[in-house]
Amino acid sequence: MSKKTTTKKTATRKPARSKKAKTDSWKRADGRAFDELRTIKIESGVLPNADGSAYIEMGRNKILCGVFGPREMHPKHQARPNEAVLRCRYHMAPFSVDPRRSPAPSRRDQEISMVMRSALEPAVFLERYPRASIDVYVEVIEADGGTRCASINAAAVALVDAGIPMKDLVAACAVGKVEDKLIVDLGDYEDKKGQSDMPIAYMPKLGKVTLLQMDGIMSTEEAEKALDLAIEGCKKVYEIQREALKKKYGIDQPQDKPQKELQPEEPKEEPEEEPRKEEGSQ
Amino acid sequence: MSKSNIVSHLKQKKISEVLSTGKRMDGRSFEDFRELTIKRNVLYKSEGSAEVWLGKTHVMVGVKVGTGTPFEDTPNEGVLMTNAEFTPIANAAWEPGPPNENSIELARVVDRGLRSAETLDTAELNIISGKLVNIVFVDLYILNYDGNLIDACSAGAIAALMGAKKPVYEVVGNEGKPTGEKVPLTVKKKPVAISVIKIGDKLILDPTADEEDVMDCRLTVTFDDDGHLCTMQKSGSEGLTLDEIKKCINMAQEKAPEIRAKAIGD
Amino acid sequence: MSANFQDRNLVLPGDVLYEGRIRTGENTYRNQDQVYATRLGLVNYSPDNVSVVALSTGYTPLVGDVIIGEVIDMELGEWRIDIGAQSEAVMGIPDAVDRPFRTDYVMTRVLDIGDTLIAKIVDLDRRRTPILSILGPGLGKIHDGFIVRFTPSKIPRLIGKKGSMINMIIKETGCRIVIGQNGRILVSGPNREREEMVVKVMNKIELEAHTSGLTNRAQEFLRQLKERSR
Repeated sequence: MSKKTTTKKTATRKPARSKKAKTDSWKRADGRAFDELRTIKIESGVLPNADGSAYIEMGRNKILCGVFGPREMHPKHQARPNEAVLRCRYHMAPFSVDPRRSPAPSRRDQEISMVMRSALEPAVFLERYPRASIDVYVEVIEADGGTRCASINAAAVALVDAGIPMKDLVAACAVGKVEDKLIVDLGDYEDKKGQSDMPIAYMPKLGKVTLLQMDGIMSTEEAEKALDLAIEGCKKVYEIQREALKKKYGIDQPQDKPQKELQPEEPKEEPEEEPRKEEGSQ
Repeated sequence: MSKSNIVSHLKQKKISEVLSTGKRMDGRSFEDFRELTIKRNVLYKSEGSAEVWLGKTHVMVGVKVGTGTPFEDTPNEGVLMTNAEFTPIANAAWEPGPPNENSIELARVVDRGLRSAETLDTAELNIISGKLVNIVFVDLYILNYDGNLIDACSAGAIAALMGAKKPVYEVVGNEGKPTGEKVPLTVKKKPVAISVIKIGDKLILDPTADEEDVMDCRLTVTFDDDGHLCTMQKSGSEGLTLDEIKKCINMAQEKAPEIRAKAIGD
Repeated sequence: MSANFQDRNLVLPGDVLYEGRIRTGENTYRNQDQVYATRLGLVNYSPDNVSVVALSTGYTPLVGDVIIGEVIDMELGEWRIDIGAQSEAVMGIPDAVDRPFRTDYVMTRVLDIGDTLIAKIVDLDRRRTPILSILGPGLGKIHDGFIVRFTPSKIPRLIGKKGSMINMIIKETGCRIVIGQNGRILVSGPNREREEMVVKVMNKIELEAHTSGLTNRAQEFLRQLKERSR
């Protein structure tokens, strides 16, 4: 984590325009367009003691995620006989919000932990590790709205970093309504002043939504439009997640060009014996 | 505190063998600290903050200044509260849950150092005598554990406090109202904790997690700017001779200025 | 029927590697017509098979693997051993003691909690718990040395073709090195300096595992370290 010098203007404390402004010239409090995400930075493999990890900055959110497992489940009686248990824990540092909050888990923390699990489970091959646990721990160092989405984004990267077999990555993004306009990726200010908030998580390759929550007031048309917008937002996040994972290996390849110059000349050294084959090839 | 909960005999044997040659597993001498990096003011939502790397130990210290009622016996003084969190991302063997005895000890030792040295000007934290004072929260958040948390957190706490600002309140009627202004927190002293661990008959500074796993005991000594002792804490299951205690105090005293300089910022 | 990537491209979970009929190898799964990657790694296309060589993965126990573990618990007649896998391993007395023994055999005579051992996985029971044995040459309790961690998927690189890499390191440093397939490597040398050389070259190999010419570079690296220490 490095100290970010903020050169972009900070959110003003009153809405920039009145309702009567033209839709296309309407800007958000921080100057973003309605479908513009905050700046996202993701780094994988940042925690030495974790099996997999990721750090995300999404706007001014700063979140760390560590994944441990698959490992023997303790307590044993909670283990499931035919698949791993994915345990998620969302937790906030006392100094992550203003005013300071207690480090003890709140009900909101517990609910977010649960929806994180539902967002990530569909992507993980849990059946590969019966009776094991896969522990996903999120620590919010600084919060600025949309922490559950940022947490899921970090968690998906951390799971891949840990080598857990997955069907797809999971990308999350929230859409909300402020001054009757649908906007993507609400900041803390917009969240508080907004009329509605809908976080979603999405597996882009499989086209499945794995997290869907909503509060506030929306018409059905707005909700459907919001879903479309959110999915587009998720796809953008997905690309950033992929870049972060690839970056660690220093290989950045466009998909359709021949990659001769990137291939090592020597054939990969294999041990003499048969390469190890896993049962089930997953 | 340990990376797993069982002590490996092989590790114990190897570490002792290497120590008897005058070096440690990572090549350091007994008094060497690992690389210590401290970044200040890294969190925008906190009144003060510091991010510390001591080798692979990684700690985030957040200082928040709020308001509240003073303690009855000190009606004109602000309050300092120190808390430590052993997050489960920091170590595979750490499970989420309420603070355990090690995290409580860590918080209390750092706290006692700050308090005994009179680091903060508690009188300047008074807003309305007997009714409203500033409360300074120091939160020690462990992000990665590789030994010597006390020293890392103590240095981080000083760095965070030194860069901290407190909101200014004006007294209107008998209420305190924030003016929106912020002024730097006065930091009168910079106490620094140095921990010495004993393995066999060797005394070493800045232990890694492996070294802490096999240690016999530990003595932490906190020194203020004037070279006065302001805290001591022994932990661990073996005893120390008087001679060893004196040696520990010397080792800590010699090292404290170097760590203080890092905490203050070069 | 088509490959969507070039051989040895870096792929991520969810990437569609192939569309059509083909045998699916390691770290892939099929959903109807499409074959996806399940782990981050390099895709490998052969005429009748598509697989992914995972770059980041934990250790999956296989029967026949030689591993290094630590005893974490003892129950009646059985040791429980941590091998860094999804499940703890177990070993019964008959797999540790080669001669007849009484039912009240003192297990700590062989292995105690906190001991480190080299063992072979002789079975995976129906719950996929690895069953270990220390009967056999080179197996048993470890008395000297220390354990270095190494990414399990990169161990073939540490061994090298026909053991070329590991034998080179052993020759250049004079250290005893035992490789546990679970990513734990025992190093025990004539002196600390040599042991440190092994650790340094292993770090280098782990970082550069995906590059070519590594055996020669590693050897050169070791020779330079030896020069500097003279």
